[in-house]
Amino acid sequence: MAHLSKELYEKCKSVVALYPEARSALIPLCHMAQGQDGWLTSEAMEDIAELTGVTPAEVRGTASFYDMLHLEPVGKHVVALCTNIACMLNGSMELLEHAEEKLGISAGGTTSDGEFTLEESECLAGCDKSPCVQVNHRFFGPLDDKGFDQLLDDLKAGKLRDDVPSHGVLSRVDRKFPLALSPSEIAAERVEMETAKSQRDEKRKISEGAN
Amino acid sequence: MAVTTFDPIVSRRLRIPNSHTLEVYLANGGYVGLRKALSMNPEDVAAEVMTASLLGRGGAGFPAGRKWAMLKNDLVKYLVINGDESEPATFKDHELVEKDPHQIIEGTIIAAYALGVTQAFIFCRGEFALGFERLQSALNEAYEYGALGRDIFGSGFSLDMVIHPGAGAYICGEETALLESLEGKRGYPRIKPPFFPAVIGLYGKPTVVNNMETVSNLPWIVLNGGAAFAALGEGSSAGTRLFALSGHVNRPGWYEIEMAKTTFKDLIEHPELGGGIRKGRSLKAFIPGGVSAPWFGPNEMDMPLSQDAVAQAGSMLGSGSVVVMDETTCPVRAAWRITKFFSRESCGQCTPCREGSGWIERTMRRIEFGAGRMEDIDLVLDACDNISPGLSWPPKQTTICVLGPSIPSSVNSAITMFRDDFISHIKDGKCNYA
Amino acid sequence: MPEAADKISVTVDGKEVKADPGELIIEVAERAGAFVPRFCYHPRMKPVGMCRMCLVEVSSPRGPSLQPACFVSVADGMEISTESESVQKAQSGVLEYLLLNHPLDCPVCDKGGECPLQDQTLAYGPGESRQVEEKRHFAKPIPISTLVELDRERCIQCARCTRFANEIAGEALIDFFGRGEDTEVAIFPGKPFDSYFAGNTVQICPVGALTATPYRFKARPWDLEQVESTCTLCSVGCRVAVQSSANEVVRHLGIDIDSVNHSWLCDKGRFGYLAMRSETRLLEPSLRESGELVEVSWSDALEKAAALISEAKLAHGPQAIGFLGGARLTNESAYAWAKVAKAVVATDNTDAQLGDGIPAELVLSLPRATIGDACRAKKVIVIGEDLKEIAPVLFLRLRPLIAEGKIDLVEFSTHETSLSNLAKASIPLVPGELGTRVRALIDSIKGTKDAGEGIGIDIQEIKNATQTLGSLENNPDLVVIYSNSSAIENTEDLKAGILALEESFKNAKFMPVLKRSNIFGALDMGLSPNLLPGRVTFGAAKEYYKKQWGSVPEKSGMGTLEMLHAAAESKIKVLVLLGCDPIADFPDAKLAKEALSKVDSVIFVDSLANTSLDYADIVLAASMDSEREGSFTNLEGRISRISKKVSASGSSWPDWAIAIELADALGDDLGFGSLDDIAKEIARLAPAYQGLRSTLSLNSEVDEGILLPVKATKVELKRKQGDPMVHLGLISVEHQGAPLKSGASNEPGVYSDEKQQQDIGSTISLISKSDIKSDTTSKPETAASGAKSLRLVVTRKLFDRGTHVDSSLFFRDLVPEQEVRIHPETASSLGISSGEKVSISGETCKVSGQVILDNRVDQSGVVLIWNVSEEDVRSLVSNSEKSAHWVEVES
Repeated sequence: MAHLSKELYEKCKSVVALYPEARSALIPLCHMAQGQDGWLTSEAMEDIAELTGVTPAEVRGTASFYDMLHLEPVGKHVVALCTNIACMLNGSMELLEHAEEKLGISAGGTTSDGEFTLEESECLAGCDKSPCVQVNHRFFGPLDDKGFDQLLDDLKAGKLRDDVPSHGVLSRVDRKFPLALSPSEIAAERVEMETAKSQRDEKRKISEGAN
Repeated sequence: MAVTTFDPIVSRRLRIPNSHTLEVYLANGGYVGLRKALSMNPEDVAAEVMTASLLGRGGAGFPAGRKWAMLKNDLVKYLVINGDESEPATFKDHELVEKDPHQIIEGTIIAAYALGVTQAFIFCRGEFALGFERLQSALNEAYEYGALGRDIFGSGFSLDMVIHPGAGAYICGEETALLESLEGKRGYPRIKPPFFPAVIGLYGKPTVVNNMETVSNLPWIVLNGGAAFAALGEGSSAGTRLFALSGHVNRPGWYEIEMAKTTFKDLIEHPELGGGIRKGRSLKAFIPGGVSAPWFGPNEMDMPLSQDAVAQAGSMLGSGSVVVMDETTCPVRAAWRITKFFSRESCGQCTPCREGSGWIERTMRRIEFGAGRMEDIDLVLDACDNISPGLSWPPKQTTICVLGPSIPSSVNSAITMFRDDFISHIKDGKCNYA
Repeated sequence: MPEAADKISVTVDGKEVKADPGELIIEVAERAGAFVPRFCYHPRMKPVGMCRMCLVEVSSPRGPSLQPACFVSVADGMEISTESESVQKAQSGVLEYLLLNHPLDCPVCDKGGECPLQDQTLAYGPGESRQVEEKRHFAKPIPISTLVELDRERCIQCARCTRFANEIAGEALIDFFGRGEDTEVAIFPGKPFDSYFAGNTVQICPVGALTATPYRFKARPWDLEQVESTCTLCSVGCRVAVQSSANEVVRHLGIDIDSVNHSWLCDKGRFGYLAMRSETRLLEPSLRESGELVEVSWSDALEKAAALISEAKLAHGPQAIGFLGGARLTNESAYAWAKVAKAVVATDNTDAQLGDGIPAELVLSLPRATIGDACRAKKVIVIGEDLKEIAPVLFLRLRPLIAEGKIDLVEFSTHETSLSNLAKASIPLVPGELGTRVRALIDSIKGTKDAGEGIGIDIQEIKNATQTLGSLENNPDLVVIYSNSSAIENTEDLKAGILALEESFKNAKFMPVLKRSNIFGALDMGLSPNLLPGRVTFGAAKEYYKKQWGSVPEKSGMGTLEMLHAAAESKIKVLVLLGCDPIADFPDAKLAKEALSKVDSVIFVDSLANTSLDYADIVLAASMDSEREGSFTNLEGRISRISKKVSASGSSWPDWAIAIELADALGDDLGFGSLDDIAKEIARLAPAYQGLRSTLSLNSEVDEGILLPVKATKVELKRKQGDPMVHLGLISVEHQGAPLKSGASNEPGVYSDEKQQQDIGSTISLISKSDIKSDTTSKPETAASGAKSLRLVVTRKLFDRGTHVDSSLFFRDLVPEQEVRIHPETASSLGISSGEKVSISGETCKVSGQVILDNRVDQSGVVLIWNVSEEDVRSLVSNSEKSAHWVEVES
C-alpha cells in the first residue's frame, strides 16, 4: 500500500504525465509528499521512487541536495531567516540571535512543542524588505525584534492561517489541465512548421537570387 | 548624465493592483504581443529579437537572439525558462513572477513559437511559493483563454507548458544544473564539452534556457519592434533593465532603468530611485551585480549601468543587483558572509570549489572573530587562486561551472580594498565594527 | 610511415603525437608517455570531470588555459602541457584541498601502500597542509552491505562507486547524499547495497573509503604476491589477479581484459576464494569404513578405487561404470579424465552436464558469438534465464549498452529479468512454447502471418520484436544468447527454437550460456556421451582416437539421466563423481538419491563436501583454484589460464594427477606424466586445438586468450598496458616486485611450427549442425495433466545453496528466500497477494515461499528458484522422464 493518500497518489501520477521522462517529476512529487506529511518521510520517498522509476536511494540522494526538502521532521512553522548580505547589512544576524533566544533553540533546531523550526537561510530574494523572513515559504519583512515576536505570536494564535499554509505546502493551486497534445501530435505539427519554413527559405533564396 | 524618462517595459504593470490576474493583464495590453507574433513567421519573430540586442538578464548577459540562433535544429527541442533567481541581493524575477506571471508566460510562448520547441518549462524558484501559485494560476488561465494548448488563438500553433518548482539550491540557477534538476536529479552543472544546452540539453535534446526577465521583454519587443528596443539604452546595452537595489539605501527596491544612460550614483542617490545612503552616511563600497561580482568603491559611482563599462572596470552587472555598503560596514564580515553562502551552495562536484569554499570560509570567519593570523591573508588569497588562477577578471577557473571562480570575487575585493581592516582584525584579535 | 588520413596531430609536452579526432586528452597524453594524474576518471565509465586532478594546460586562440584532460577532446594542432607551472600549481592545489578533510589514518587503512591519493600526493602534492581547523568527522566505518564497508571520512567524492552502481550495474542503491562539503555516499536506510557487483566499487575506490569486509586488515599491500588467473565460478571466465599473503589467498581483483571482463567481477567471483578455507574442505583421501569416512593414504585410496572399477568392469563390462560431472575440472584434468574413462575404462558413460544443461551437439556446432560480438551487435536476442543470475559479468557488459540504446534487445523469458525493462520486446515464455513463439516471430517478420496470430499471447510484444528485428536478411551481426528457461525441462523445445532462429537469420551467431564453471572446457574435452576431445563426435573420430589412444569404447554411452536410471536399476555399478553433486544439481533429486544408494560404489573426486558426499565410498581430495594450474574455456570458447598461487591444502592433488595415478593403479598408462605433457597432447591431438603448441599459453602475453577453434581465429600475442587507476591494488603490487604473471613455462602456447600444424587430425571434421539429433520421443508437454493446475518453472539465482556458496559464511547470507512468482491475475483468482507466504504442492511434497507478482509470468505458470531452501523445489519434481511439472499454490 502506498504511503501517500490515494488522492495524492493519483495527483502525483498526473504530474508525472506532464514530463517526457518520469524522473523529472521527482522534485515536484517530493514537494507534494511534504505537503501531506510536513516533511519527506522514507515511506513517501519509496512511493516517489516507484512513481518516477528510480531507486529510493536516488530519491533520497536527490532530495538531500535541496534545502527545501526536509528529511527529518520539522516544526509546524519553519521560520527561515535570511542572513545573507543585504539582510546582514540591515541587522539580520542580530535578529537571528534574538530569534534563537526567543525560541530557546539554535538555528536548525525545533522547539519542544513542535511549533517552530528556526533556519538560517541564504538570500530569499526579499532584499528590499530586509531583514526578511519566510514562514513556510511565505514572506515577511522587514522585521525588527518586535516585529519578529509579533509574527511568532500571530502564527501561534493562528491569525495567519490564510497566508501561511501548513509546512510543506508549496502550492495551493493545482494545474488544471493535462498536456493538450500527445508527443506524436506535437511532433507532427513541428514537422509541418519546419517544412513551411524550408519552403519560405527556398523562396527567399530564389527572390534574393533574382535581385 | 541623468535619470531618463521612458515608458517602462517589463515593469509597466507591476504597480497595478491584481496585476497577476488575467483580467488585469488583458486590460493592460496582455497577449497582444503574442497575437502579433503568431501572425508573423517564427523566423521573423527571432529576427526582431536579434535586432533588439536583448541581453540575457540572468547574469552572464549573453545576447538572447544569438543564443536562439545557436540552437541546433532537431525534431525535438525544448525551451526552459530560468526563474530560479537565487543570486544574493537579486529580487527582480521574484517581483515579476508574483506581480506579472502572465507576462512571463506570454514571453515564453513567443519564444517557443520563434524556436519551434516541443514543450516549454518554466523553472520557478521553490522559495517563491506565492509566485509559484500565481504562475500556476496564470497558466491555468492561459490554457482556458486559449493562449496555451492546442491551436493557440486559431493560429495552428500548439504548445504545452509546465511550471516546475525548484527546491532550494542556488546552483540550479546555472543553466545546466537547472536542466539536471528539471530532470529530477541533483543539481550538478554538466561538463562542457559536450553538454552545451543548445546541442545536448534537456533529455539530451537541443534546449534554450532563457531568464524570466529576458522573456518578459518579448511581448513588448514583438509589439514595438526590435529596433524600438535597441533605440533605448546604448550600444550593446540595449533597452531597459530591472535593477534590484539593496543594502544601506533609503529606498531599497527594484527600478527599471534605461541601460547605459544612468549611473550607479543616479541609481543610489536619485530621490525617485535609491534616495541616497541611510542616515546621511558615506559610501564604503558597493557590489554592482550580485555577490559573484567584484566590488566597486566611491570612485566607480559615476560609471554608467552599462554591461561593457562595468566589465572593463573589472566587474559585472551580473544579475542586476546593486548592494550598497556604507562606512559602518565591516568588509571582513561582508566578505566572510558571502563566502559562507558559496560554501553552503557549492554543489560539491569539483574539489577546488567543494573543499576550497569551506576552507576559505572558515579562515575568513577566524579573522572576523579575532582568531586570524597574519599569514591567513595570503593563505585565503592563494586558496582563491587555486580556484581561479591569477584572480583575474574575467575569471579563469579550475572548476566545471562559474560558482567556483565567484568565490574569490568578494574575498579578493575586500582584501585589496580594505587590507588594513584585515590587519586590524588580526592585530586586535577582534572586529572593531561589532 | 603513412598515416591514416583522418588522424590529427597534437603535441604533448613538446612531443608530437597522432591522435584520432574525438580522443580524450588524457588518453592521448598517456600514449605520449605523459601520465596525467586523476581520481574520478575511469576508462570504462563516462567522464564526469569532478576531481579536477587531471587539469592540463591547453593552447587556444585566447591563450593557454587549464582544461580537464578527462573529458576535453584533442583538436588538430593542440599544444598540451602536462607539467607547466600552472598545471603543477593546480595539481598541488587540488591535492591540498582533497587532504583538508581526508584523515591521515593510512597506517590502518587497507589502501595504504596502494593508494592513488598517497601516491599522487607524493608525486604532485604539497608536502604539508596549511589548514589549522579540525577535519570533518563521521561515524566510521559503516557497513553498506554484507561485503562492503564505507568510511565517509576517507571519501574524496569522486563518484566512481555511485557511477558504477548506476551506469554500469544499473542498481543505484548508493547515491550521493547532501551537498557541497557535506556530500557523502549513502544507501537508503534499510536498503543495503545488495548488488552482485558491489565489490567492484571497492576495487575502483581511489582511497580507502570502500573496503571489503573479508579483506579488511587481512594484509598489507607490500606483503602481497599475485598471479594472473581465471575465475571458474561461472562460464564467463573473468580474468582475475589472485593475491596472497603468507601462502593464503586474501584477495581477487579484476583485470581489465578488453574482450571479457573490463576489470569487473561479480561478488561470487571476487570473494569465492573464501571457500578455500571452509570447514567443509576435503583435505585428505578417505575410505568409508563401517559407515564412516576414514582418512587413508593416497595409494590405499587409489588402489581401492581401481579395484572397484576393475571388478565392476570384469563382472559387468565397461558399461557398468559411469563418470558424472567434470565442469569443476581444468581443461587438462578434463582431458585426463576423459582419457581414463574412454581409453582406460573404455566406457563412453561420461557427462559433464547434470540433466540441466543444453545438448552438447547444439552448444558446439552453431557459429559461436564472443562477448565482443554481442557487445558490438546492434541487436541481441536473449532466451531463457536472467543473465545476471547465470553469467553476471556478461550481463554487466551488455546492460549499459542496452540502457544507452546501443543494443536493441529482444528477450524470451518466463519472468521479469534484470533486462526486461530495457528490452525493446519481452516475449513471455512458457516452457515448451519457445519453438512456437520463435516461429511466430519469424512468420511475423516475414509477413506471412500477422504478429503472433493464434499462439495465445499478447501480440504486442511480438509486434515490438518484429519492429526491432526488422527483417531476416538485414541482421548481419545478430547475436542470440540462450539458456534453458527452466532448469527442470528437457531441451527439445530450446533446440527447436534455436534451430529455427539459426535457419532464418543466416549470419546470426549464438552464445550458449551454461552456468556451471568450466562446462565448456569439459564438453570440448569430450566429457559427454558420443564426443571425443576437440569438438569431434564419436562417429567422426573413433578410428582416429583409437589409433592415438590405443583404445576407445565399443559403443557410445549414456548421459546423466540415463546413467542415473541405470544406476537406480543396478545396471551401473560404479559412479565416479568428478566434482559434482547429483543430489543438489540433478533436477530429480529423488532419482539421484536412489541411483547413488543403489550403485555398488561411489568414487567422489572433489574439493568440498556436498550433499552427495554421504553416499561416497571413496573420497579423492582434489585441489582448488589458486592451488592448481591449468586452462579454462569460457562460454565463447576462449581459453585462458588458471594459475597456482598457494600450495595445495592438506594432501589434496590436482585432478589430472589423480587421473594419472588412477590409470596407473588400473594397470594402464595415460601416456603423460605431467601437466605440461597433457597440455601438449591436447594441442597435438584434439582437432579444434590444431595450431596450438600447448593449451597452457602465457596469459601475461596474450590479453585476449585463445579462441577455439584455433585455426578459425587469429591469435594475437599482445598485452595492453594496464591503467594504474583501473588496476588499483594490482600495479602497485607489481611495482613492489610481484609481477602479474601466470605459468612457469617460457614457451608460448600458441603457434607451433608449420609441420606440427599440419599434423594428424586436421582431416577430421569438427562437430556440425548435422550432428544435432532430434529426440522425437520427448515432445514438449503443454497441457495440464491431473489435478494440479500451474505449470512449474524453475530458474536459478547466482547465490543458491550450491556447494561453493554453501562453503562460505559470507555467501550463505546472500542466498535469497524462495520466491513464488505468479501473474497478478492468477494470484487474484487464487486469492493470494504480494508478499504473502504460500505453499506450493506437487504430487507428494510441499515447499513454501513468498509471493512476487510478475506481469511477465504466464497465467498458467508459477516460477520458483532452484536450490535456495531446505525444502527445495527439487522435491516437487517427481518424475524426471516428464517434461512438465504441475503444482498447486495456496495460502
